[in-house]
Amino acid sequence: MAEIALKGVMKAYGKFLVVHGVDLDIAHEEFVVLVGPSGCGKSTTLRMIAGLENISGGTISIGDRIVNDLPPRKRNISMVFQNYALYPHMNVRENLGFGLKIAGMAPAEVEQRVNEAAGILSLSSLMDRTPAELSGGQRQRVAMGRAIVRHPDVFLFDEPLSNLDAKLRGQMRAEIKKLHQKVKTTVVYVTHDQVEAMTLADRIVVMRDGRIEQAGAPMEVFNRPRTTFVATFIGSPPMNMLPGKINAGAVQLADGSSIPIPERLKAKTETGQEVVLGIRPDDISPVGHGLSQDGSGATLRLTVELSEPLGMESLLYTRIAGQEVQAKLYGPRLVKPGETLDFRLALDRAHLFDTTSGLSLEAA
Amino acid sequence: MSTTETFHPPINQRLKSAGLWLATFLLMIIMCVPGLWVVLSAFRPNSEILAKPPVWIPQNLTLDNFRKIFGLGSEQIGLPVGSYFMNSVIIAATSTFIALVIGMAGGYAFARYRFAGKGGIFLGLMLFRAVPGIALSLPVFMIWSKLGLIDTKLGLVIVYVSLNVPFTIWLIDGFFRQIPLALSEAAQVDGCTRWQAFWKIEFPLARSGIAAAGVFAFLTSWNEFALASQLTRSTDSKTLPVGLLDFTAQFTIDWAGMCAMAVIIIIPALALTFLVQKHLIAGLTFGGVKG
Repeated sequence: MAEIALKGVMKAYGKFLVVHGVDLDIAHEEFVVLVGPSGCGKSTTLRMIAGLENISGGTISIGDRIVNDLPPRKRNISMVFQNYALYPHMNVRENLGFGLKIAGMAPAEVEQRVNEAAGILSLSSLMDRTPAELSGGQRQRVAMGRAIVRHPDVFLFDEPLSNLDAKLRGQMRAEIKKLHQKVKTTVVYVTHDQVEAMTLADRIVVMRDGRIEQAGAPMEVFNRPRTTFVATFIGSPPMNMLPGKINAGAVQLADGSSIPIPERLKAKTETGQEVVLGIRPDDISPVGHGLSQDGSGATLRLTVELSEPLGMESLLYTRIAGQEVQAKLYGPRLVKPGETLDFRLALDRAHLFDTTSGLSLEAA
Repeated sequence: MSTTETFHPPINQRLKSAGLWLATFLLMIIMCVPGLWVVLSAFRPNSEILAKPPVWIPQNLTLDNFRKIFGLGSEQIGLPVGSYFMNSVIIAATSTFIALVIGMAGGYAFARYRFAGKGGIFLGLMLFRAVPGIALSLPVFMIWSKLGLIDTKLGLVIVYVSLNVPFTIWLIDGFFRQIPLALSEAAQVDGCTRWQAFWKIEFPLARSGIAAAGVFAFLTSWNEFALASQLTRSTDSKTLPVGLLDFTAQFTIDWAGMCAMAVIIIIPALALTFLVQKHLIAGLTFGGVKG
């Protein structure tokens, strides 16, 4: 069993605290993705789990061992690095077998394990090439092969796809997911790409400024963001945020216009409270092009400033109370800039956040 | 119609490239002539070397000059070339080895670790490198004479190590810096100790740099004349370049013998450079990590 437990884990560089007491329990065979913008402490946290960074405070345990003071080689983990970190002076076969050889495994067994990993990742035809003779995607697969060949307790991935082009990234994402289904192992995966986080994770951990902002299943984090930060970070294009004030059962916006409070949140608001109304672009659509007309909602007449046709849908840029808002139009209809349309806002899926704390009113 | 097409660069581009070749060729000739003259003179009798007008194409090649200096021929000049040669080999090899070991440890430390005063120490090393060795000869002579190190191999080895260490540290530091830290980390995750990660991953990748540092250190020690001429006296410690002075007498200079000895000095240096030249080609680290 290889569950990982982080208890009050801290990291300081000199006087600067970069990870502030992170608490996180990762179950056996769980796929957890740490996601957040640059400098949020996600990579540092991963490197502390790997043993590549000292821990300034708290404890990390893998299985039933506290690993704080164990060097990486004694933690039974393997790691895929952002820049692959393949050994340039060894061919693919030697790269894959290196860790087993160091562990003193018999050559026949090394060969069998290497071949098994090569089979899983379709590397068999590349075994005699050096890393310099491989494409980006192939290098990435070798790096993953090197990780699985040792049958570790835990896989750590440090932004493994960020050096690949968009198409290859999609393919490799699927391969990683398949790999996890085949080789059931606990995975901690670090990325700044929220699409990777959504698609791969059993559980997403959103980090910001060295703290966990929210942890939960991808759809839970998407549907019930705990803070404005999570709301804008998860989901693409990001959620529209409209600041306003509660007044007579509605959110009064900067220009005096108002949007009704979502039914389920009515009880949690008080008149005069400063709030931010969050609504995803998918939940604002021109009438007749996407959202159904029932349920709670509001219809606003808005002028389109810019349209980005994406094929089956278009992203429309418009303004509500002077603030730029993105909306979606489903179906291949061309919209010209300057065109005025009736937009339906699906308010049952909108969110309210407290302006000062940034916390969702739903959580309160 | 031909199926293959050849590309003909425009005429002025071809002229430019021809001009470049010619200039390079002329420059190479100018650089090579003195060396060539030394080598030719080593195989000719004194009479031909000193002939006026000069004899460019050798008329009779001979190994007599080499026999003479090794005391094998009929005409003997009885110079202890064998001892000089051994002294040179021992002093150059020992000082190179020590300078490399210190250079590797120091270069790795500068490339990989953060420590107090790092910048200052590095700058100090480079400044030390900028001081001409000969400027230190008098103080070194005085200290060495107090310590009884004059006319000993150890005395020269210490001088050459201290001359070479700043350079080896600087060069090897640069090579370790080029090797991504992630490689050593990957090796440690793969089960290596820090020491194993160094020997199995970082050392092989820095080999070309270490070889280059070794060649330069060896050549510096092998060719050094100024300090060696001050600090050596006898066959116990005299090196080949100092030995060249033995060919000058009060009224004559034995050019042929001197050139033969010069060839003996050049050959090991040249051979060494050829042996390690494949390691001198850097770029081994390309491909392991995305740039």
